[in-house]
Amino acid sequence: MKIYLARRLAQSLLVLLGVSFVVFFILYLTGDPALVLLPPDASAEDVQKFREVMGFNDPFIVQYGRFFLGALRGDFGQSVRHGEPAFNLVIERMPATFELSGAALLVALCLAIPAGIVSAVRRNTVIDYISTVVALLGQSMPTFWLGIMLILVFSVQFNLLPSSGRGTLEHLVLPAITLGLFTTARITRLTRSGMLEVLSQDYIRTARAKGVSDPPVVWKHALKNAAIPIVTIVGIELGTLLGGSVITETIFAWPGVGRLSVQAIYNRDYPVVQAAVFLLSSTFVLVNLVVDVLYTYLDPRIRLR
Amino acid sequence: MDLSAGRAPAPREWALFARRLARRRTALFGLVVVMIVIVAALGASWIAGYDPTEQDITNRLRAPGSQDAAGRAHLFGTDHLGRDILARMIFGARPALMVGFAAVAISGVLGMMVGLLSGYFGGWIDDVFMRLADVQLAFPFILLAIAVIGVLGPSLPVIIVVIGVSSWVIYARVVRGAVLSLREREFVQAAHALGSRDGRVLLRHILPNAFTPWLVVATLDMARVIVIESALSFLGLGVQPPTPTWGGMLADGRVYISTAWWLATFPGLAILVTVLGINLFGDGLRDTLDPRLKL
Repeated sequence: MKIYLARRLAQSLLVLLGVSFVVFFILYLTGDPALVLLPPDASAEDVQKFREVMGFNDPFIVQYGRFFLGALRGDFGQSVRHGEPAFNLVIERMPATFELSGAALLVALCLAIPAGIVSAVRRNTVIDYISTVVALLGQSMPTFWLGIMLILVFSVQFNLLPSSGRGTLEHLVLPAITLGLFTTARITRLTRSGMLEVLSQDYIRTARAKGVSDPPVVWKHALKNAAIPIVTIVGIELGTLLGGSVITETIFAWPGVGRLSVQAIYNRDYPVVQAAVFLLSSTFVLVNLVVDVLYTYLDPRIRLR
Repeated sequence: MDLSAGRAPAPREWALFARRLARRRTALFGLVVVMIVIVAALGASWIAGYDPTEQDITNRLRAPGSQDAAGRAHLFGTDHLGRDILARMIFGARPALMVGFAAVAISGVLGMMVGLLSGYFGGWIDDVFMRLADVQLAFPFILLAIAVIGVLGPSLPVIIVVIGVSSWVIYARVVRGAVLSLREREFVQAAHALGSRDGRVLLRHILPNAFTPWLVVATLDMARVIVIESALSFLGLGVQPPTPTWGGMLADGRVYISTAWWLATFPGLAILVTVLGINLFGDGLRDTLDPRLKL
């Protein structure tokens, strides 16, 4: 168990190292980071001086080392636009993004798990068909279109819910549904197929034969075993949610990291882009580490490996 | 020695697959939808009836079904520059499908190669590739894509390469899984015993058998890529105007959401229907070819 945890931790650190390299490299894609960071009207002398000061003339590996050590301390440089440390700008907006992603995940789990279970237990009934069709539509619907349609119906037509900003619970409703729908669809399909598989197992038949009635079979015997793939996908889906927040936050003017990074890209504010990509990716790596640890409690077979 | 058991399904078997697939009505429906979109994209100039970039300011924001002065009907209305929405939707299928096919080809080939090498040789090669996969998966995809495209500047080749290069993981994992079990099969052992080299075994015996799960992944991934392409155009980082894109039309329409609902509604439906068609077809393909594949 300890060895497993240590290996898993080492893996996560290795992944973070890789992430930091890619994030560092983003700035070098153009060929000359000095030209990317300076305004286009900067003189040749200014560019030269800037290169000197920023150490862009150093060997590549030295520059990466400096970036990495900075990143570990939370130092990604100053935002070109806001004049503040990029790290602070991103951290300030993290709670908003977590709030939105968390709410979306909650929406998804509350809808998807019951829908998936009912679909599996009442297979090939009207309920099953409806939930299957809705899941299929949810998986095929582009987030940004759904968001706009929700605004059209609930904000423009009926004036029920606000279409932008953050603050009250009402502000959270439309963005959370928009962001959560794809995940809802994924988890519904997964829960359904997982439950169907488990329900056909011998130990379920045994439990039924021994006279255990329907609800306990479903809840105690089947769901516990179907839960393992669901927990894995929750970890993976959180990555989808953090990434999807980029678009959802843009549509609903939600003041989170996603919107900040889109604006930073438009403004060519690369320190902020780097900080945002690095921190969101790190969050995802951390969450998956936690999920894997939780996993060992759900499925003792992993602990023995 | 007859090694045919290990080869790719013979043409006759493919015909059998096709017949079994055709019996799944939802898959067939998906295929028909996809074919319609492909035909629309290829024949856009003949079908559309309007020039998708032709502006007509006197006829801006006309509701669906309205007619202009010349008596020409705009079935889905016109946008803020008086351009025909239906025509733009038909032409919008082009960038979507182009990015879809090209990006899937790149990531599919990359992932196939990685999966074959990783699964067949194992050891440190496998370790390196699988750690790379973890790094790739750690990034919120769309954020990485917009960061890189933002730096390089949006253009069709850049978009295709960025999406293609960063989507290989799922292919690699599925192919690797298939190879791990194929490696131990008798026909592969037999090929080794007969003196086949690794390269030949991989290409002639393993690749054809790892192809079916790959095909299922490629089909379903195409749906994801099309959504990403429209998301990028929606954010202004896709194929640039005046080329019509579904995402770009949606972004334009968003501004007029309170006065002209049709601007944002119809291009979104185009994405939804296309992606739904691909998903239905892909699901059917999976259920026919490889029901145990969990995707």
